[in-house]
Amino acid sequence: MSNASLDAIAAKSDQPFPGAPNNWRRFFSFSTDHKVIGIQYMVTAFVFFLIGGLLAMVMRGELITPEADLVDRTVYNALFTMHGTIMLFMWTFPMLNGLSNYLVPLMIGARDMAFPRLNAAAFWLVPVFGTLLMASFFVPGGPSQSGWWAYPPVSLQNPTGNLINGQVLWLLAVALSGVSSIMGAVNFVTTIFRMRAPGMGWFRMPAFCWTVLSAQMIQLFGLPSLTAGAVMLLLDLTAGTSFFDPAKGGDPVLYQHFFWFYSHPAVYVIILPIFGTFSEVFPVYARKPLFGYRFVVVSSVIITVLSAMVWVHHMFASGTPSWMRMLFMFSTMLISVPTGVKVFAWVATVWGGKLRLDTPMLFALGGLVCFLFAGITGVMLGAVPFDIHVNNTYFVVGHFHYVIYGATVMGIYAAIYHWFPKMTGHMYYEGLGKLHFALTFIGVNLNFFPMHPLGLMGMPRRVSSYDPEFAYWNVIASLGGFLLGVSTLPFILNIVSSWVLGKRAPANPWNAIGLEWLIPSPPPVENFEEIPIVVSGPYGYGSNESLVSNNPAGELISEHS
Amino acid sequence: MTTPTTPKKPRSLSFRTVAQLVALAIADAAISLWVGRQAYLWMPPQASAEAVLVDDLFGFLTTIGSFIFLGVTTALLYSVLFQRADKYDISDGPPVEGNLLVEILWTTIPLGLVIWIATYSYQIYDQMAILGPMEHMNHVPQLGLMPPAEAATLPAVPERTPIEVHVRQWAWEFRYPDQNIVSTELHLPVNERARLKLISEDVLHGFYVPAFRVKQDVIPGSTIDFGFMPIREGRYRLRDSDYSGTYFAANQGVVVVESEEAYQQWLADAAAQPLTEADNRAFREFTKLGDRPISAGWKTVEPAPPPRVNFASSEEDSYE
Repeated sequence: MSNASLDAIAAKSDQPFPGAPNNWRRFFSFSTDHKVIGIQYMVTAFVFFLIGGLLAMVMRGELITPEADLVDRTVYNALFTMHGTIMLFMWTFPMLNGLSNYLVPLMIGARDMAFPRLNAAAFWLVPVFGTLLMASFFVPGGPSQSGWWAYPPVSLQNPTGNLINGQVLWLLAVALSGVSSIMGAVNFVTTIFRMRAPGMGWFRMPAFCWTVLSAQMIQLFGLPSLTAGAVMLLLDLTAGTSFFDPAKGGDPVLYQHFFWFYSHPAVYVIILPIFGTFSEVFPVYARKPLFGYRFVVVSSVIITVLSAMVWVHHMFASGTPSWMRMLFMFSTMLISVPTGVKVFAWVATVWGGKLRLDTPMLFALGGLVCFLFAGITGVMLGAVPFDIHVNNTYFVVGHFHYVIYGATVMGIYAAIYHWFPKMTGHMYYEGLGKLHFALTFIGVNLNFFPMHPLGLMGMPRRVSSYDPEFAYWNVIASLGGFLLGVSTLPFILNIVSSWVLGKRAPANPWNAIGLEWLIPSPPPVENFEEIPIVVSGPYGYGSNESLVSNNPAGELISEHS
Repeated sequence: MTTPTTPKKPRSLSFRTVAQLVALAIADAAISLWVGRQAYLWMPPQASAEAVLVDDLFGFLTTIGSFIFLGVTTALLYSVLFQRADKYDISDGPPVEGNLLVEILWTTIPLGLVIWIATYSYQIYDQMAILGPMEHMNHVPQLGLMPPAEAATLPAVPERTPIEVHVRQWAWEFRYPDQNIVSTELHLPVNERARLKLISEDVLHGFYVPAFRVKQDVIPGSTIDFGFMPIREGRYRLRDSDYSGTYFAANQGVVVVESEEAYQQWLADAAAQPLTEADNRAFREFTKLGDRPISAGWKTVEPAPPPRVNFASSEEDSYE
């Protein structure tokens, strides 16, 4: 083995054991390899992304004309409920869990997650509750039609009278999703605390791992609240309790507190790993260290702390007293300080660099611009008097789709393209990637920008029909929506064809710094032949210092650093 | 990378750079001020005193937001256009890891900005609170938002019984207790604080008139005192703003703001009318569903029968 080459790795991995990198069956098994689980998460999530996207395209088809004419109103209401639910619980959370699962152990120099079997169990709950959600389309009365917030009393109205109905299945799925996410969070936090390679102190850890840690901490403190709220609502619906039913003396606003105590921080669970992706991608393609690394990573933790104190901003127009409105207005706006620190740091990282506009960089830049816009409308929404006007209008829908599609989905694409060679051992096709970026960026702005003027004019969200003065912007938004549907086609074509036929990827195609780039692509089952000994910070671009003092790939490859 | 050190420290800025930065900032500020002025045009007509306040706040937020957005995107765009690596250049950029002064500045300046925006928003909210109660939980301490001294200095308004706003799946109904009138159109006298009691008979609804910029969730099980100050005569759209089930989108109405004389005339005319069944879009659509041979939807909560009122208007009526 002393003079082995990449062929030796290939020969080694041809062994027919189920975890072997070349055995496709491992993706359909109860594998405990974090890399397999990561890809299982990502592929499952992407299938649901397509389903959720198709639902959205039907909605945009309905909204291209003012009248409720394409689908029945009950169907429209089910569409937006399931669209929101699927996109959050079946796409963004599992997708980011998958990315984090794949990357965190590699980035911190570990051979797997702390609890591999718990990791697999957490993943296999995803198809279980995904199936529950899909099954709700086929029960009498159809799926839940109470929106992804499921506010009582609407969510407690059960027109079919059946015990098994869409709302019950929805609540079971959300509760299971909470359990799965808590299992994942315990695993991530333990892994990051306990399994960093020797020499990787907190301030030598890549920013991505900091953001995953911050995000998973939110899952730990927030999810119990949502899960408890969902279980109480389930009891109200099935067992005749009256936690939230005003007709029986319950308090519907209490549910809103339970719901938003988790579900606002949840958007930070989603956006934080995207911040981490930006922090990883910009230095590589600008060939400069991450500007102000310590400020950037500490601001992730500050966001986690602040995120616990902002939930009432979803309820400014509910029955909230003035002192609450003012307190939560201030805490909400305060979050823009640590996020602003990050945005400025990324701009300073890019500034004066030697930019390479490969697909990951394009998606990261596009995502950053969308995030900036969403951040500005977010501060506006924090201002109570303005929020009273646009609360529950399309302004809010536009704002969060800039966060969720513009920043998050584009950030996810940046991450997928950036780490695709590492995950699959193949290069993707750059031309298709750039086409994908162009269609996505145009689609996002066509679809979601018009929602802002609509909201300012007073068009409520969740409507299946609307007044004719809103038609102009809705037509543009619908065209953008269809374009976004089309934009996934070059992506799917690219990923499938390059996974099968693409050029072999070297260990480090981007000349990037990071432990994951020191080992072969795709990494062997236990990642590191030798646990790396980290001797410098994570972003030493331009300064020729070695990241590690040994060769983590063992003697298989020697052309590292 | 390791070129001999220049005599001048790279950190000190030349006069030319400073002048360029200042010129750019002035241009950015000028464009942002212009965008902030445009913001007023994106809003519905200013039909209430609250609307004037909210629009001022929105104009201010738009100005600041545009300044930041333009500044950051211009920097990024410049980088993308002029700071690209040559095709075969695989070297790294300068190893700049940070700059403590810059980092402290871009933490403290946004912090100051946030305090400014929050304070201004608070002042606007405070003025709106003086115009009329924006909250219903009166047993909770108000942190001095409505000091009695200031409230007392407002001109005394003629005491009228609050109008009852009843909302259900899916109709709005307005009751004038003094005249014993029921209407599906909300009539209000101009330049006088409207006082409403919001009552939901089933689920959460939201009282929202975009032209007034006010919105309040109507919560079943509690009566919510609500008020605002209409200042412009006209017909405006009332919308249900909190998702309330199948026919939520059809749950709309018209608010008429008119002079005191016209208002009194309307009250007198309406009181003379007998109760008749109003047109109700949700009910109409629901009954038509029965005519279809195959249902294309799922079972729904049945809409309440159309309200019986002295004065009816339809959702299809005109408005501004």
